[in-house]
Amino acid sequence: VTELGRPDPKGRRLSAVSIAVLYPEMLGTYGDGGNATALRFRLKARAIACEVIEVSARDRLPLSCDIYLLGGSEDGPQVFVAETLASAGLDKVVAFGAAVVGVCSGMQLLGHEFPGPNDENRPGLGLLPCSTFAAGEGMPRTVGELVVRPGALGAIGDLVGFENHRGQTVLNPGAVPLGRVLRGYGNSRSAAPHDRVDGVLEGSVLGTYLHGPVLALNPLLADAVLSWVTGPLPPVDDAEYDRQVAQARGRRLS
Amino acid sequence: VLDPTAHSRGGAAARLRLARAAATTASALSRATRRGAGTTIGGRVALAIAPDALAGVSRDRVLACVTGTNGKTTTTRLLSAALSHTLPVLTNGSGANLTSGLVGALSSDLHRPAVLEVDELHLPGVVSSLVPRVVVLLNLSRDQLDRTSEAQRAAAGWREALPGLGRSTVVANCDDPRVVWAAQASPNTLWVAAGQTWTADGHVCPHCGYPIRYDIEGDRSGHGPVWSCQGCGFHRPTPDAVVAGDRLLLPEGEIARISLRLPGRANLSNAAMAAMAAAELGVPASAALSEMRDIGQVEGRYAEFPIGRRRVRLLLAKNPSGWAETMQLVGTGRRPLLLAMNARPVDGRDTSWLYDVPFEQIAGHEVTVTGAAAADMSLRLTYAGVPHREVHGLRQALLASAQLHGGRADDFAGMDAIADYSSFQELRRLAANGE
Repeated sequence: VTELGRPDPKGRRLSAVSIAVLYPEMLGTYGDGGNATALRFRLKARAIACEVIEVSARDRLPLSCDIYLLGGSEDGPQVFVAETLASAGLDKVVAFGAAVVGVCSGMQLLGHEFPGPNDENRPGLGLLPCSTFAAGEGMPRTVGELVVRPGALGAIGDLVGFENHRGQTVLNPGAVPLGRVLRGYGNSRSAAPHDRVDGVLEGSVLGTYLHGPVLALNPLLADAVLSWVTGPLPPVDDAEYDRQVAQARGRRLS
Repeated sequence: VLDPTAHSRGGAAARLRLARAAATTASALSRATRRGAGTTIGGRVALAIAPDALAGVSRDRVLACVTGTNGKTTTTRLLSAALSHTLPVLTNGSGANLTSGLVGALSSDLHRPAVLEVDELHLPGVVSSLVPRVVVLLNLSRDQLDRTSEAQRAAAGWREALPGLGRSTVVANCDDPRVVWAAQASPNTLWVAAGQTWTADGHVCPHCGYPIRYDIEGDRSGHGPVWSCQGCGFHRPTPDAVVAGDRLLLPEGEIARISLRLPGRANLSNAAMAAMAAAELGVPASAALSEMRDIGQVEGRYAEFPIGRRRVRLLLAKNPSGWAETMQLVGTGRRPLLLAMNARPVDGRDTSWLYDVPFEQIAGHEVTVTGAAAADMSLRLTYAGVPHREVHGLRQALLASAQLHGGRADDFAGMDAIADYSSFQELRRLAANGE
């Protein structure tokens, strides 16, 4: 077990990375549970211990994990999840410096507003500088391959994945998107092609519409998220895995 | 033409006759030129001539339809077998489950009873034309989310359409909360605790979005998991019949044995649903079950064919719930497994769902991966820690897999080929050609 750099809130050094998968039975419709699998894999490749905790709706929210993952869901459970996480204090874990990754409806409920069951706007957790609205009458659901060129995270390559959402996400003035959309729509289908962006980044909280799962298809993004809590990570030498990743990404970049 | 209504009434009957004749010809041509069963093309031709043909060919017969995410084709086959004891029934056995397929299947005869599988999103659009005596609702779970829709929308469609059925009986799996939510709208419902291995789509209340909890004690009682919503109290209705292992507990305390050549828990469930539907149509459940016993394969599913020194069993798995059942079938061991995945538009192009499947469980098997989406499957298996190899081309992969030496002495000769929809059709063609 590698000794990690970041002291936890009580001043101890981390000996293992703990990952909380939030409400997988409710936020697990789109395969995003694979993000935890990918993070664990990237840690194991560096001999860093890792604990994945699946937090179900009946459990108390653990406040001491390093990374919190929220996946995509159907519309139904979003209100319950937002209310539950607000009263459980997800904002505290962000203040402690934990990383949070929200995908699709996971991102939507981390923002300031999201559309409820009858498309009325509901308050989100306010941890990401964005708001999501129901698509206008007659606007089709946004479904297809999504390729994003990240802007703020350094040289991690283009991000590939699949988007499938009805909500349209608008960033607050000055908010930083995950990146520019090269293929697909990302946050908003009404944006002009050259203005399309996906996701949003605020400190160690990341939102995106990329399924795939995003961290499995884009291991350098997984490493970026991990490095927020571990500090700089050494590269991984696994030629066969790299070949498989390149092959799976190649299908989507061609 | 002085009375336009008289003209249109006589015209409608004539049009239907013409439409059926054209459908029969088109189907026969399609079969003669080996383009397939011809059910769908026949139906398309008929609908072009008589757009309301479905109501016309449904009107004068006893009709049952079967729908759900998984098990439609198999349950349709089992119910057909159960009813054919007295009179051969019409069915769309080749999986032609959209309007054109239904019309095609019903065009050859206007009076014989029919058992039809109906696409789950298509049901609301056709059910008022079909006026089925019995509707079987098997299950609803995530499936090809990029080309269809979330399971909740399918459930909402059912819930809206079922009240219009009047005197029909709905046979519904009460272990699936969404099925219950939809079926509650029907005036006559028979609840069957048919079981559900995959519950990941049953944890959000379809009424209120709050969590649904499952009572494990209920599970241990042998009467299936009892579930209820923590928000609004929506809960599992009291079942009229219960699947307990290979027994079907019937109303009035009768117990029937479910003995099938078809393998797996899911097929016990399918057989139970079919038996309860048969009972509604006049064939007692236990008699219905004995008619199902000797069915060994359904449209290639579970079929076995020799390749080299091996017997290859064909398994279709096209979504996470299907995979969950398939996992139980292949079990543990070193038996070679061929995983064929194309992810073509007809299969759903988005492969994110592979991460919903606990592939870790097949780590002991000798795994070979092939198909147009082999790269995605391969990466998924690596994340799951499953050693495997990738072979280009389905035929080559099949041969390579058959030459592996895994397996205990008693299953040395067997292997499983698990495929998504389009690669399953390719496998069936290879098997038929004796490759």
